[in-house]
Order: sequence, then C-alpha cells, then structure tokens
Amino acid sequence: MTATNLTVKDLRVAIEGKEILKGFNIEINGGEIHAIMGPNGTGKSTLASSLMGHPKYEITGGEVSFNGKDLLKMTVDERAREGLFLGMQYPSEISGITTADFLRSAINAKLGEGNEISLMKFIRKLDEKMNLLEMDEKYSQRYLNEGFSGGEKKRNEILQLLMTEPKVAILDEIDSGLDIDALKVVANGVNAMRGSEFGCLMITHYQRLLNYIKPDFVHVMMQGRIVKSGGPELAERLEAEGYDWIKEELGIEDETVGQKA
Amino acid sequence: MQVDTELLFDREYVTNFSKDANEPDWFLQSRLSSLELVGTKKLPKPDKTKIDNWNFTKFKHQVTPLGTELPEQMNGLLTAVENQNVLAFRNGQLAYTKIATELSEKGVIFTDFATALQKHSDLVEKFFMKKAVTNAENRLTALHATLLNGGTFIYVPKNVVVQIPLQAIYSVSGGAGLFNHVLIVADENSSVTYVENYLSEDNEEAVANIVAEVYALQGAKVSFGAVDNFAAGVTTYVVRRGYAQKDAKIVWSLGQLNDGNTVSENKTFLIGDGSFTDKKTVSIGTGEQRQNFTSHVIHTGKHSEGLILTHGVMKDSASSIFNGISKIEHGASKSNGEQTEKVLMLSEKARGDANPILLIDEDDVTAGHAASVGRIDPTQMFYLMSRGIPKKEAERLVIHAFLAPVVKEMPVDAVKERLIEVIERKVN
Repeated sequence: MTATNLTVKDLRVAIEGKEILKGFNIEINGGEIHAIMGPNGTGKSTLASSLMGHPKYEITGGEVSFNGKDLLKMTVDERAREGLFLGMQYPSEISGITTADFLRSAINAKLGEGNEISLMKFIRKLDEKMNLLEMDEKYSQRYLNEGFSGGEKKRNEILQLLMTEPKVAILDEIDSGLDIDALKVVANGVNAMRGSEFGCLMITHYQRLLNYIKPDFVHVMMQGRIVKSGGPELAERLEAEGYDWIKEELGIEDETVGQKA
Repeated sequence: MQVDTELLFDREYVTNFSKDANEPDWFLQSRLSSLELVGTKKLPKPDKTKIDNWNFTKFKHQVTPLGTELPEQMNGLLTAVENQNVLAFRNGQLAYTKIATELSEKGVIFTDFATALQKHSDLVEKFFMKKAVTNAENRLTALHATLLNGGTFIYVPKNVVVQIPLQAIYSVSGGAGLFNHVLIVADENSSVTYVENYLSEDNEEAVANIVAEVYALQGAKVSFGAVDNFAAGVTTYVVRRGYAQKDAKIVWSLGQLNDGNTVSENKTFLIGDGSFTDKKTVSIGTGEQRQNFTSHVIHTGKHSEGLILTHGVMKDSASSIFNGISKIEHGASKSNGEQTEKVLMLSEKARGDANPILLIDEDDVTAGHAASVGRIDPTQMFYLMSRGIPKKEAERLVIHAFLAPVVKEMPVDAVKERLIEVIERKVN
C-alpha cells in the first residue's frame, strides 16, 4: 500500500479567466493535520474546490500528485475513490435522495461491483458514526441536506467523512456557523479519523477550531499562495494579533486576489 | 394516409372482421360509421408537436394468434404480484386469465372486450364512446372505433368495493396495430382499482391506438394506474378519459415511459358537484423520441377539484411537450384547480417544454399553477461525484430524486414497483 501523500506544486487556478491561485505549494502526508488560515478572498476555497475537481475552476499550471498518481488527470469521482474528500462549505441540498441511500451509493462506489457493503454492516456503521456525532437517526432517512440547518449540514459532512474513510480530507470552513457544542462534536468526528494513514487539510478563519483539532502545521494564505508556515503557535499569534503583522513583514498591502473566491 | 386506410380497410373488410367475431349489430354499425369519419376527420393537433409524418397507419390489423405461452417479460409481471386478478393480451388477443371467484360473487365484470360485446352488449353499448370520448373527435379516434381489436371491460355494481386491483397486461409484436379499448364503469358508491401495463415483445415497427374511458357514477371511486413501455418502433396515440359524476373520484397514476413517439392525452370531466380528480404522472424521454403529453381537467360541477402533478426527464436528443389545462366552466363555483409541471433535462440536445394553462369562466374559484424546466444542477452533480459516485450513477440518483416525489405518491404499490423498475431500465 502506498503511503498517504498529497503534493501540490506551483498550482495555478483561474475562474472565468481570472487567476486566483498563483503558485500554491503544499505537501500533506499520512498522520499530518494541516491548517490553512487567512482572511477572506485569498483563494482558500478555490484551493479546496479545485483540488476536488470542481468544473468551474480551470487549472492553468502546476502539478498535483496524490499517492503517487496525477490527481489533475482524474475525474471528480476518481479522486474521491482514490481517497480524497472535500468537506464543503456550502453542501448541496438534494431532494429525493435520502442521506442513507446517498452514503450507501458512495461507499459502494468505492468498494466496487461485487464488493458492496451488506445492509446490516452498513446500518451498524451508520448507527455508530451518527452516535459519535450526536445526530438523531431520523437524519439518515431525510433527503440529503434538505431543510438542514447550517450546523446540521456540517455534521452531515463529517458523517460522510467518517462513513467513506478517505485518505486525505480537505475541510472547507467546517467550523463556520457552529456553536461551541456543535464545534466540539464536529472536532470529535475529525479526531476519530486521526491515524498514520490519514492526512487532513483544514481551511478556517478562526483559531477556535484548532483548540479542538490540534494541527501539526499552520499556513497563512494571501494573494493566492502560502506566505507563511509554522506550527500551532502561529495560529495562536494570529488569533492574538490578527494578520497585519504578516502583511507588514512581507510588504503586502492588499492580501486578496482581487476577487472573492 | 387517408388513401392508405381506405385501401387497406374498406366497408367490406370491416364488416367481415366484425361478423367473424360475431359482434352485435350495433357495434358493426358503430365501426362502419366510424370508418366514414376516418375519411373526413383530420389528425389531432397536439400543441407544438408535428405528427403529420408519424406512422399511424402502417401496421397489420390481424396477426396470427401468438398462443398462450407468455413471453418472459409478461410472465415477470404476472409473478410480481400475488392474489391478482389479471388478464394478459398479446396483440389484442386474450392469452391469460386469472380472476378471483370473489369478483363474480359480487357481480363484478372483468373481461376482455370481445367477450363483453357478446355477454354484456347492452351495458357496453350504453357507455362505449358516448361521453368521455367519441369517434368523431379526430381521425385517430375514428380509426380506433373502426378497427378496435382488443381491450378490457370492467363493471362494478352499486356499493361494491373491489379490494384487490384488477390488472391487465397488453403486448404488441410482429408489426401489429393494436387498437385497444378499456371501458370501466363504476356504478354508484362502488370502488375499484385498475392497473394496466403496455409493452413490446420485439422491436418491430408497430402502431398503438389506445382509448380508455372511465365512468365513475355518483359517489364512485376509480383508481387508474398505467405503465406505458412500448419499444422505440411503436408509434403511440393514447387517450385516457374520465367522466366523474356527483362526489365521484378518479385518480390517475400514469408512468409514460414509451421508447417511441407518443401522443398521450388525458382528460377528466368533473361533471358532478363535489367530483374530484388527481392525476400524477412521470415521463422519461430517451434517444430521438418525440412526445406530447396533455393533462386536461374540465370542471363543470360545483366544488369540484382537479389536481395535476407531472414530472418529466429528458435525456439524449429526446423532446417532449407537457401541456396542462385546467378549465373551470361558468357555474362551477367553489372549484379548485391546481397543476404543477416540472421538466428536467439531462443533455444539451434534450428539449422539454411545459405549458400550464388555466381557463377560468367562474369568479368564485381557486386555481394555481407552477411550471419549471431546467437542466441538471452541476453543483449537485459535483457534490455527488465528490463522494466517489460515478457520473452515470450520480445522474441516475438525480433522476430518481427528481421523480421520487411523484412516484412515492402513486396510490397503487404495483404501479410504484413497476414504475421504479422501468425507470431504472430507461435511465441506464
């Protein structure tokens, strides 16, 4: 088995002809938790969506290898089956598909034809994970995210994470809109995934999340690239002092890429 | 076309056909007067669909009987339900019968149309193409009444409630022309559910010209389910009509899932005060097929209520028109007409058009309509695929999701299951 590794080299991404990511680099290995912080409009969500292969984003340069394979050549579903996961900032609502049916399709797509999960095993796993996330079991029979509150949608994203067991998870502002109790529950879910084969990239505005999910690496993103990296202490300093000292240090006047992503 | 039919089917042909079947004279006369109309009436003009060059006339009216050894797809349907009351027909000819004794004990008639003409001639004559539909409407209804060669007759006596659905399966094959007629008469305060399945045994070009008429007399309730699933070579003209008297209810659950060109027209006359109809339909267009669907409710009775819910999915280069018409006549006060048409298009080449129409000649009514035509949401597709679900499977899920609100409302389980099965096959 290949060791878990996601390597992004000089990634450039444009949307509607405008470049948002301008040479982005990162390496994530199994067992590592990375956090990317940064003000609005610096390209964080663009990074998340383009790594997953969202059709709206155009890759204009750079390379991404995932467990030794060329990620950029894969379709969205192939990336997921290879073990990449994106916890979305704004998950879609899909009426008519229950959360349980959706999860089963996703798991079976990964396992492949002939290796489908048995119904009993699936239900046991679903019960266990929903318990961990303190989700009422009725959610599994509700249509996917339909009428879910912001917090319920985020929990549902983490439920999908736990059910599909990816190698690398990108969590795009998984903490936004959560009260402190919900935040703890979501953090529990992510922490349950921790292990030497699991890598994680958390995108967040707030240091608060990092109190509950301890990162190994913290990166600051501005103008479509990482401008500073460090350990957990970097996040603490950002919380205390904001971003201005970094801008000053690097001589950056406007940290955004000119367009909110 | 006119020339064709006259050449193929003249008075002599029709007379011999009727006499061979030993039909009552009134029915022969009906065939002959209808034949006159074939020459004088025009083709129907479904809104926004050109059907002039469709094949309505190239078929074999009489084919060699296929026998009672049912093909697999029909047998599959038979075994799918237990305790059934079933008639199965191949090219209009009765091939299988299973009827619970309970029915005859209650005086319920459930028989093939030819037998009904022999045994219940007066009853058939009283209703056949009198009010819900007539032979003079257009060339195709005239042709239907001229060449009728199969079908089912149902009569439910007063106050009788038939619990188990009555089912019929009709297949076409060998380039036949199927002129199937279903006549249902539910007498006062009776209740019955009828479910029909149409299918093809082969891929030959064929013609289906189908008429169903439902008469729900005072206080009666008829639930009518159908799954149309003819092959691509079959050109279909299907007219399903309801005629509801005071406090009568007619519920339609239609799966319009043919693979060939189709004009499907459903109309319910809410004649009596307090009469009610609810029509739910799902449609899928695939390949090159052209389809035109009309759902029409005419309110004459006061306090009448008509509901229409249509969901359609268009794939490939398929094109469909969905017309919904709620007509509330002057005097039909306190009536309510509601309709919703939703169309989902899965490809750039697919076309769908929804036309909701409210025609209201009475002030004291409520009515509403909603229509939407849209393409598949790329964000939803991205979401599904981001969990490892391949594009095709994601599309399948989205289609099921889109049709689910209608499918799950289908009142008859047998229709629901058959629908899911056929939908599955059409979207894969």
